[in-house]
Amino acid sequence: MNGVHDMGGMQGFGGVQPEAGEPVFHASWERRALGLTLAMGASGQWSIDHSRAARESLPAATYLSSSYYEIWIRALEQLMQERGLVAPGELADGLPRQPARPLARVLRADDVDSALARGSPTHRPSTRAPRFRAGDRVRVRNAHPRGHTRAPRYVRGHVGVVEIVHGTHVFADRQAATPAGQPFDDSPEWLYTVVFDGLELWGDGAEPGTRISVDAWEPYLDAAS
Amino acid sequence: MGGHSHDDADHGHSHLGEMDLRVRALETLLVRKGYVDAAAIDRLVETYETRVGPHNGARVVARAWAEPDYADWLARDATAAIADLGYSGRQGEHMVAVFASPEVHHMVVCTLCSCYPWPVLGLPPVWYKSAPYRSRVVMEPRAVLRDFGITLPDHVQIRVWDSTAEVRYLVVPMRPAGTEGWTQARLATLVTRDSMIGTGLALAPAQGAA
Repeated sequence: MNGVHDMGGMQGFGGVQPEAGEPVFHASWERRALGLTLAMGASGQWSIDHSRAARESLPAATYLSSSYYEIWIRALEQLMQERGLVAPGELADGLPRQPARPLARVLRADDVDSALARGSPTHRPSTRAPRFRAGDRVRVRNAHPRGHTRAPRYVRGHVGVVEIVHGTHVFADRQAATPAGQPFDDSPEWLYTVVFDGLELWGDGAEPGTRISVDAWEPYLDAAS
Repeated sequence: MGGHSHDDADHGHSHLGEMDLRVRALETLLVRKGYVDAAAIDRLVETYETRVGPHNGARVVARAWAEPDYADWLARDATAAIADLGYSGRQGEHMVAVFASPEVHHMVVCTLCSCYPWPVLGLPPVWYKSAPYRSRVVMEPRAVLRDFGITLPDHVQIRVWDSTAEVRYLVVPMRPAGTEGWTQARLATLVTRDSMIGTGLALAPAQGAA
């Protein structure tokens, strides 16, 4: 969706403000927000693409006025409510009123290290041949899907060059569209790094000597002359 | 997106108090329902607060500076080369290392959310996830570098990598002059987090630890 999360090339947010000696967390609740988000992510009730879709589906004004861990918590609450795992009244005071639903997995402390070391690789085998090779010119489709997509607006309609062919990876748009309660559709598509000249994206106002790349799945791309 | 207060007693107290209560209620609920193990959350927090961080990436970079064969491996198969030092997994499943040169300066961003190579850099700083960085770095990277106090010569090309899929990028900054014969441990002291994102450069020998 064309949400406010898709920030590349937006203006008016002001300067970047690095914080000297920045701590990993800025408040105790951020520690728990990280842990809750990762622990529930390991439960198998949704994929990382569902999580991203939930975060970017927050009301635009809420997204822009929330810190990143607030966004995570709001999205986590939403994912859990959508799957009937918690009810709004329960979230208000932490007191269970409905019985728990069975989870595929509960992350235990002893399993944390191995789960993190394993991660969630997205490479999946495919017998299809890639449509593009390194050096090919491609145009990002001018598409505006209402669901989750990882094709940022600032490259849509623009021509770039394939630089890296990464193999076949879970297609985020499709996995995010898997309805709750169904096995994730993790079918892959070829993934490419596509590089654009700054002038192609930003016109004459581009800073000289800049190139920008995105990682784009094949369905985002058409051949360009 | 809103900024962070530095602690609960800072301005914005009531808002932070609200989030504190909200997250506490959520954790209480999820523990009572048996969905999460509070000890697992402790372990996750401890991992990213004390064990995983930019010191991991600094070891990777220092080794690439010191061992040409390792640098070649890192360029060819960063996931495997980084795993050789024990760093792998979540948010680093598919790694690519990009090498700064006198001709090209690399910068990494996630314009759509907050994708970042956790096994080598830990959790991202607030500015990396902020609207100013995400919106501007793909359009005016030189202006963003100035926010970090960096001005590159005009002839240096800038290459920005937007992490829009599950590939994660690690910048290998240029090795500073005057570090010939240094051990890898000493070299690693010159490798800052920002130099591995591309919003900084490796420190000069006089700036690093002895």
